Amino acid sequence: MTVESTAARKPRRSSGTKRAAGAASARKTAAATAQTQDAVPQLVQLLTPEGDRVDASNSAELAEFAPFVADITTEDLRGLYRDMVLTRRFDGEATALQRQGELGLWASLLGQEAAQIGSARALNDEDYVFPTYREHGVAWCRGVDPTNLLGMFRGVNHGGWDPTINNFHLYTIVIGSQTLHATGYAMGVAKDGADSAVIAYFGDGASSQGDVAEAFTFSAVYNSPVVFFCQNNQWAISEPTERQMRVPLYQRAQGFGFPGVRVDGNDVLACLAVTRWALDRARRGEGPTLVEAFTYRMGAHTTSDDPTKYRRDEETAAWEAKDPILRLRTHLLASGGADEAFFAELEVESEALGKRVREAVRAMPDPDTMAIFENVYADGHALVDEERAQFAAYLASFEGGE
Amino acid sequence: MAIEKMSLAKALNESLRKALETDPKVLIMGEDVGKLGGVFRITDGLQKDFGEERVIDTPLAESGIVGTAIGLALRGYRPVVEIQFDGFVFPAYDQIVTQLAKMHARALGKIKMPVVIRIPYAGGIGAVEHHSESPEALFAHVPGLKVVSPSNASDAYWMLQQAILSNDPVIFFEPKRRYWDKGEVDVEAIPEALHASRVAREGSDITLAAYGPMVKVCLEAAAAAAEEGKSVEVVDLRSMSPVDFDGIQASVEKTRRLVVVHEAPVFLGVGSEIAARITERCFYHLEAPVLRVGGFHAPYPPARLEDEYLPGLDRVLDAVDRSLAY
Repeated sequence: MTVESTAARKPRRSSGTKRAAGAASARKTAAATAQTQDAVPQLVQLLTPEGDRVDASNSAELAEFAPFVADITTEDLRGLYRDMVLTRRFDGEATALQRQGELGLWASLLGQEAAQIGSARALNDEDYVFPTYREHGVAWCRGVDPTNLLGMFRGVNHGGWDPTINNFHLYTIVIGSQTLHATGYAMGVAKDGADSAVIAYFGDGASSQGDVAEAFTFSAVYNSPVVFFCQNNQWAISEPTERQMRVPLYQRAQGFGFPGVRVDGNDVLACLAVTRWALDRARRGEGPTLVEAFTYRMGAHTTSDDPTKYRRDEETAAWEAKDPILRLRTHLLASGGADEAFFAELEVESEALGKRVREAVRAMPDPDTMAIFENVYADGHALVDEERAQFAAYLASFEGGE
Repeated sequence: MAIEKMSLAKALNESLRKALETDPKVLIMGEDVGKLGGVFRITDGLQKDFGEERVIDTPLAESGIVGTAIGLALRGYRPVVEIQFDGFVFPAYDQIVTQLAKMHARALGKIKMPVVIRIPYAGGIGAVEHHSESPEALFAHVPGLKVVSPSNASDAYWMLQQAILSNDPVIFFEPKRRYWDKGEVDVEAIPEALHASRVAREGSDITLAAYGPMVKVCLEAAAAAAEEGKSVEVVDLRSMSPVDFDGIQASVEKTRRLVVVHEAPVFLGVGSEIAARITERCFYHLEAPVLRVGGFHAPYPPARLEDEYLPGLDRVLDAVDRSLAY
């Protein structure tokens, strides 16, 4: 992946204005352009897999985004590193808890830490987040206690946190649906005249859903302050991106009338910069943005599938070399931004988090049986009342029943 | 005087106007609801008076309309969504069933979804395909939704007020062939509860239970039966979720016979559930099995056949005769 300058984008735009030359030639131009785009998609990167900061001064494109992380201090970098390490630790613990039978299922974010931490650390408290079911790193940044994420995977609830406290909506399992909720919420933000923004997470698989296309349309039409943050982790369970799209995903935005950017999803700094840029646009009333974080799902889709059945080891190995945590560690060490004591201390914190999560999950009680009937309706419903009473009487009819 | 005579359509329009005036969080969303006032003019004049920010013409995408309404509700708004025709609701069915209906429960009560989805429904206006359907059972079957349908102007006004005030999502089915029927509306009245049934005509020999467009047919059937010396009670159900089983039971314990009438296909329709529950509740009161009159297990037919397809006066009276013959 090389960093492309905006120079590569400009001819595309100008070629699009040459439609007067006739429909046939316009078609030809479009086809040729699409091929060019396919061949060298842009990729915003500020920290290389080797841990080197990219010099943004040589690139008009990077110069657009780099200022958004100009204020990042070494301490901030250590903070981002800590977020990623602790998120990975929590995630690993959850996978282990599933293997031990404590969780029914787990959707691991392994490999996507930079995309999630970078984007989520770009948010303000007033901003609102609409996640999929894999945004454990985003939840971490929003201050949702990690143990709260596990209830739904253990089967004790469908979402164990109050979305209004952290402005972090419940996980959405039917993929893509939440992009419309985010758009509607953003329409409300605009109506209120608030200067906050909304971010919707989704994946490469969800990008095929009609709801995502409708969210793009609605947000463009109403110029809503929403960032569509797509983590393209290359695999929708067993289906590669070739089964979802024929042009790079970020380019779709152009057809809806708003900008799309592909960012190195394993580069926490670039994800932070690009998301800040997109949120800034939203807050300034410039409408939606599509960010495609180009990343990789290092693990399985969930604990229920076996990726060795559908993808090659070499591919996974190639992505391992681009690990988001490793590259920041290399950078921090090489630049003197962190010493061994920092990493040792973080290891201790990490272990403590793992222990806390383990204990919390094992202590998580099953819900009360009658919770089945709770919160079906806000204002009540005669049938639910009737069935609750009948079921309670049925349970009580057993010897020793309550 | 607070009592005015107006069409059912006008009553809905007045009700929406009142809601927009009363609560700044109320929004109207849908296709052509702005300048045009909706294809049935239910939102006529509202955008002019309340602006494009509150009466919102949307892109032509039903899932998008309901999905963004959910987001607006999360932000504290009370969207009133118009789906242009019954047959157009299905692109939004996923958002309604999977998201809207379950949101309150999955958030353990922390989120409320005060969204009203208005759907002009049912047949009788000579429309083309997908414009005459009665899908209410598909929504009544879904926990988390409430489903209602007014049969007259007064109920149209008040039930829509109550639906907008509801903290639960309400699917509001409007009987499109009754839009132009006029009735008295007392805008200062104290309305009945949204989900309570109402005895539309008292009788003692048999009960007809119906809602929406079929209430009028049942009242006509009752009048015709009266000429033959049969006393028919008509219960306007008004709500399909929850169903006021107590109200039906009270009527059936008096008349001992029940026929449920709706335009929707009979198989697994609202009438099927009522037949089962009333049989359980009133087994020893019933003189005849509960009968159902409704649509067939076939696609809604072309308009030239709809008079045969729809339950009319004669099919209702036939069921009354069959019930009384037991």
